[in-house]
Amino acid sequence: MSQKFRLDSGGLINRQQSLNFSFNGQKLQGYVGDSLAAALLANGIHHVARSFKYHRPRGIYSAGEEEPNALLEIGQGSWRVPNSRATLVPLQEGLVARSQLGWPSLGFDLARCFDFSHRLWPAGFYNKTFKWPNWHLWEGMVRNLAGLGRAPEEADPDHYEKTNAFCDLLICGGGPAGLTAALVAGRSGLRVILADQDEQFGGSLLWDTAMLDEKPALHWVASVLAQLEAMPNVMLLPRTTVTASYDHQIATLLQRGHNNAWRECLWTVRCRSTLLATGAIEQSLVFPLNDRPGILLAGAVRHYANRYAVAVGQRVVIATNNDSAYQTAIDLFNHGVNVIAVIDQRKDVPAAMLQNMQDIAVRVCPNAQILSSRGGKRLRGLALQQGQKKFKLNCDALAVSGGWAARLHLLCHARGSLRFDTQRQAFLPERLAEGFFVTGSAAGDSTLVEVLARAETVSNGLCSELGKKALQVYQPKVSPSNLESPAVAVNTLQFSRQRQWLDLAHDATLGDAELAEREGYTAVEHFKRFTTIGMSVDQGKTGNINAFLALSAITGKAISEIGTTTFRPPYTPVTLGALAAGHTGEGYAPRRTLAAENTHKSLQACFEDYGGWQRPDYYPSDREDAHQAINREVLAVRTSVGVYDNSPLGKIEIHGLDAAEFLHRIYMNRVHGLAVGQCRYGLMLNEGGVIIDDGIVTRLAAEHFLINTTSGGASRILGRLEEWSQTEWPELQVLIDDVSAQWSNFTLAGPRSRELLQQLDSDIDFSAAALAHMQATHGMIEGLEARVNRISFSGELSFELNIPSSYANGFLQRLLESGAAMGITPYGIEALMTLRLEKGFMHVGSDTDGETIPDDVGWGKAAMNKAADYIGKRSLTRPASLESNRRQLVGLLAVHQDQVLRSGGHFLPGSSQRTPAETQGWITSAAFSPNLGRHIALGMLRDGRKRLGQIMQVYDAGNHYPVKIVPPCFLDPENQRLES
Amino acid sequence: MLRIPCPWCGLRDLTEFRFGGEAGVLRPLQPDQSSDEQWADYLYYRNNLNGPQLERWVHAYGCRQWFALRRDTHSHAWSDAVPASEKYP
Amino acid sequence: MKRYSAFSLAANALLGHRQWPAAWRKASPRESYDIVIIGAGGHGLATAYYLASKYKAGRIAVVDKGYLGGGNSGRNTQVCRSNYFYPQSVAFYEHSLKLYEQLGHKLNFNIMFSQRGVLELSHSLEEMEMNRRWANAMHMHGIDSEILDRGQLQQEVPNLNLQCRFPIRGGFIQRRGGISRHDAVVWAYARAASKHGVDIIESCEVNGLERSAESITAVNTSRGRIAAGTVVSCVAGHSSQLAAMAGLRLPVQSMALQAMVTEPVKPVINTVVASAAIHVYVSQSDRGEIVIGGGADAFSSFAQRGSLTTTVENAAATVELFPFLSRLRVLRQWAGICDIAPDASPIVGRTAVPNFYISTGWGTGGFKAIPAGGDTLAYSIAKSELHPLLQPYSLQRFNTGHLVDEAAAAGVAH
Repeated sequence: MSQKFRLDSGGLINRQQSLNFSFNGQKLQGYVGDSLAAALLANGIHHVARSFKYHRPRGIYSAGEEEPNALLEIGQGSWRVPNSRATLVPLQEGLVARSQLGWPSLGFDLARCFDFSHRLWPAGFYNKTFKWPNWHLWEGMVRNLAGLGRAPEEADPDHYEKTNAFCDLLICGGGPAGLTAALVAGRSGLRVILADQDEQFGGSLLWDTAMLDEKPALHWVASVLAQLEAMPNVMLLPRTTVTASYDHQIATLLQRGHNNAWRECLWTVRCRSTLLATGAIEQSLVFPLNDRPGILLAGAVRHYANRYAVAVGQRVVIATNNDSAYQTAIDLFNHGVNVIAVIDQRKDVPAAMLQNMQDIAVRVCPNAQILSSRGGKRLRGLALQQGQKKFKLNCDALAVSGGWAARLHLLCHARGSLRFDTQRQAFLPERLAEGFFVTGSAAGDSTLVEVLARAETVSNGLCSELGKKALQVYQPKVSPSNLESPAVAVNTLQFSRQRQWLDLAHDATLGDAELAEREGYTAVEHFKRFTTIGMSVDQGKTGNINAFLALSAITGKAISEIGTTTFRPPYTPVTLGALAAGHTGEGYAPRRTLAAENTHKSLQACFEDYGGWQRPDYYPSDREDAHQAINREVLAVRTSVGVYDNSPLGKIEIHGLDAAEFLHRIYMNRVHGLAVGQCRYGLMLNEGGVIIDDGIVTRLAAEHFLINTTSGGASRILGRLEEWSQTEWPELQVLIDDVSAQWSNFTLAGPRSRELLQQLDSDIDFSAAALAHMQATHGMIEGLEARVNRISFSGELSFELNIPSSYANGFLQRLLESGAAMGITPYGIEALMTLRLEKGFMHVGSDTDGETIPDDVGWGKAAMNKAADYIGKRSLTRPASLESNRRQLVGLLAVHQDQVLRSGGHFLPGSSQRTPAETQGWITSAAFSPNLGRHIALGMLRDGRKRLGQIMQVYDAGNHYPVKIVPPCFLDPENQRLES
Repeated sequence: MLRIPCPWCGLRDLTEFRFGGEAGVLRPLQPDQSSDEQWADYLYYRNNLNGPQLERWVHAYGCRQWFALRRDTHSHAWSDAVPASEKYP
Repeated sequence: MKRYSAFSLAANALLGHRQWPAAWRKASPRESYDIVIIGAGGHGLATAYYLASKYKAGRIAVVDKGYLGGGNSGRNTQVCRSNYFYPQSVAFYEHSLKLYEQLGHKLNFNIMFSQRGVLELSHSLEEMEMNRRWANAMHMHGIDSEILDRGQLQQEVPNLNLQCRFPIRGGFIQRRGGISRHDAVVWAYARAASKHGVDIIESCEVNGLERSAESITAVNTSRGRIAAGTVVSCVAGHSSQLAAMAGLRLPVQSMALQAMVTEPVKPVINTVVASAAIHVYVSQSDRGEIVIGGGADAFSSFAQRGSLTTTVENAAATVELFPFLSRLRVLRQWAGICDIAPDASPIVGRTAVPNFYISTGWGTGGFKAIPAGGDTLAYSIAKSELHPLLQPYSLQRFNTGHLVDEAAAAGVAH
């Protein structure tokens, strides 16, 4: 077993349970409790990646989500997850990990040539070249070199969940600050959600060697957790990252599954207030060649040693500009790791730190900086300067600390503001968003004592703001007493011919920053976009402060003048699958099915989606293709009788004293004069005069109307009616009731439809005398309450039967039984469209568009003759509505009998046959008419009515053919059939 | 995601509502006497304020009632919500 | 201004890149200009460039309250296309596309214009018909568009999920459409305009317009008063605010349009794929990020942040079309402020105030229009007559009713 760098004891790992995994095919071992990064380091593996632009060898840099280098592909096939941070992947048995960049291999990467030629590729180089002959020639190469990991090729096999929660207080971060706050708030009775992104609660205490009440800190953590778990008003969410804060105190949390049926769950939490106990991220140090494998953040080095019992090297140097890294030296020493020296940028290192180092015999070099590093795939040594003296050190690991940046992203999402604290060289909260609180190192605390104290104070304040009394909680005593100061020295930038990285993930250097200044990209957003600093997958988490320092140094402006870039959601990347959870596949849009669906299925209907409804398109018998079925259905309706399910039809009842007046204002057509029992076809316009819907208006009683809308428009029209009634005409007394779902609607159409109806058990008189065309009646049919309209969209004698939806299946079957002898034929949408096309009845949305006004489709007279105002009327007298040369509804027949007509062809001007040409309009609906034995179509043609009888050319997808313009009615223009 | 205060149902998610534009857009009482400019003003021209604005909203997936809401279009913070049938403040 | 080329790049490499000059002059405001353009986004800078280079229109300044390109120009999803429906729109956007094709060379700045095709999907038979009408409309104008059936679509985009909730029947593609780098377009115009003498004045917020009885005499800014012969508003989402300073109201509503990108991956999506039915469009940037956009949030907003609802919808639609993208992670999400006109078409030209021009209403589709918007507006200002391509887009159309309702063609904002 070769975990050469695993320390003999300690760590939160389970040494009894070892795990097998592989990296780039190499078989390795680790323990339960390891992260993938820890296990790799335990095996002495630092070099796990190649950098984005220069393809330089890179190693693990951190121990958390701020990791800029160690992005690996985890898993294989459809399970593959690219760009996974090795620091966040919990080790599992059989885990397969691969590096991402590096061809032919990680160890030997041909693209390293970009490193050798790096002077040719400064920031923004692509804007200066690759223009000739055009970008396309180069783009393929650039695209193949760009990108990091590989997306899987198949669909995601994992399942994702979504859930919602409500609370009084959302605490982001379960370290010492968050736990204390949860205790205070939980005890006070507030509903609390405590979320932490790590596998377990504890935050920095998971790797801190501080003692609380003279016991290891995790004892305190366990006792607090036990108390919290016992509180029913507190919800604990480990493995859960708060990813974004939205308006009105809504936050999204991404929870990782742990032996769950789901991989990830996206929470939407609505809270009254939010407490950020999110901690701080250590910042890098900028010096020449600061990117080699073996260089890690000092806190991460402690983290690996204390939590995972992993030594990052055998000869470790520490470089810092603040006190916190000294603890790394102490902890490593206690683990028996050789600490060569502490390189401190500061001239005056605090006495307490010097004393600590003296106690463990570690050399300190104040006023020192690193001039460069050496080593290929692993750090081998450093060249340094202290004052005037230059010297070298051999080492295999370097722990760097450039200060700490508070994690305040969520505060920025919520529009709080930040200010730059020069003592801490960090951005701290300036103005809190409403309902936001910050505590812990996120608020600038640097010692555990401060963290615990402030957490209690802040949560006390929070409780009283939320109206609860805070009870005192016990504060544990911290030892050893930590004399660390929060002060961070300014990260001095030195001049060097060697590159100094500001952004490891995007391979952006100080030279790039200087170039940005030279070319004028000094506004912070320009700087960011030109250099791409901060725009990679880590969003600059470890390098943000240094980038600002660089910009400040280069431009001579103070950081407060420069401002900050906006932190955008999400804090850490969120899986698309989790965002989409529940909304894909069938969850994307509900399928609405007809009440009589089972009967339609038994009739072998071919279903199609129309406006969200699954509706029969046609009913093919065994030997038929679609065309044959449709033709048969059309002919059946014209010669005998057919039945059509129109249940999705919008049906809205209007009751009230002012019902007639209301509808009179809504519709273009007159409503006042409509007699009880009469139906009228109506057009609805919007205020622009454009036709938005059409349908039948039926007067059931003096103050009771039933209107039909297109099935696609039902809810939209209902919304409009309610809007006008509530906001514009509240004085009109009307009740609007949507009954679309209550009634199923079956149309019986054909010359024998009346005959069929008269066979049914009914008290309704269906004779021509009693029920004329465009009349309505009601009664009982087959024991069911029924409303009957004698209206026709097919052009045949036709009756619309409305019966209660729950009886739809039975009723349809009854109709089919009754009509069997006369060959009753169920017909679908295709047949209906052909039938109505033969009659020239327009279909709103196909034959009309966003510009069509009543006159365009032959309703001009009715529109103008109505004296009373109605919605849209005024727009019909605007110049555009009145001009000649508008597109008008016409019919068309192909000049050549066998020509197929298709919707979408455009009319060419004159007798020209070529494009480009000015379009004269287009074919809007077309179908094969079995009654005429040829294709027919409707179209919208400029000045169509003046062009009746003319021959015009139609252009369609590279072809053209001649058509004759005819009136839009191909069958029974006298309407004898439907008025019989 | 926003949460909108319906005067009848209380604070609900944005997904339950539909935005109805600025409040206070007055339809001419006699449209046939409006000039083309006046009609265009009613149909199309808006204040489009950056800041507190009085707006119309409808609780489409709830009580289906219209109301007026004063909401800041920059910060999305809202104040009063008034049923449509009362005079707008 | 130093020319950009592979040679100059190599030569400068030897000199440690210390000789590159600033891309544009950071000018200080002078007391007066012939033309003051408010808004240093793509449209404002392009207008300035054409005014200066093509028409030598005198002393020109472009002022911006922040850094140039900080508004929608820096926030869009970079799609360039001319696949519109109405002849007026096709003509206009095709003019823009043609300018884009030459822009990198003309401005000596690689804008990385990649004509990898813009594909519109049809999810139903009705949509197939509508899209056929649309594709033919483009042919009528002499513009490329190719109708694809299911089989051809599968070949074009093999990893597209034809069996999504609304099964895909086919589509049509404009091969000359594609993606360009948004910052590069803005910086290219800024550099070129500056070279031609235009003063670009950043961090200069306009807080009032001084008027005489008939016209605007000066622009009051946070950096002083600037007298102006002509004032041009190119401020997108803030158009109503600026117009109000001139005593005008506009028929636009400002709404948030959001977009998001995933972490970068190796190339998997080679065209821009758009679906009106599922309200999303997806492409892959040259850096490898999958870029996702959808429709605008349906309420007034100047917040530059989209709502979670739309994010979820866009994510769901993306996973529907490309199920293999599900395991990728969203890295960044942002929004702009779109000034949307009632017919979703732009409003460009003169206003009731004789020397005050506006360029607004670009809504969710302003980026593709930058070259033509600048070119035609510059012509109109220089010649005091509206460019023929802009005739359909005047403010007057709202009085006469001649709306250009591209709502259907704009479909999903891009």
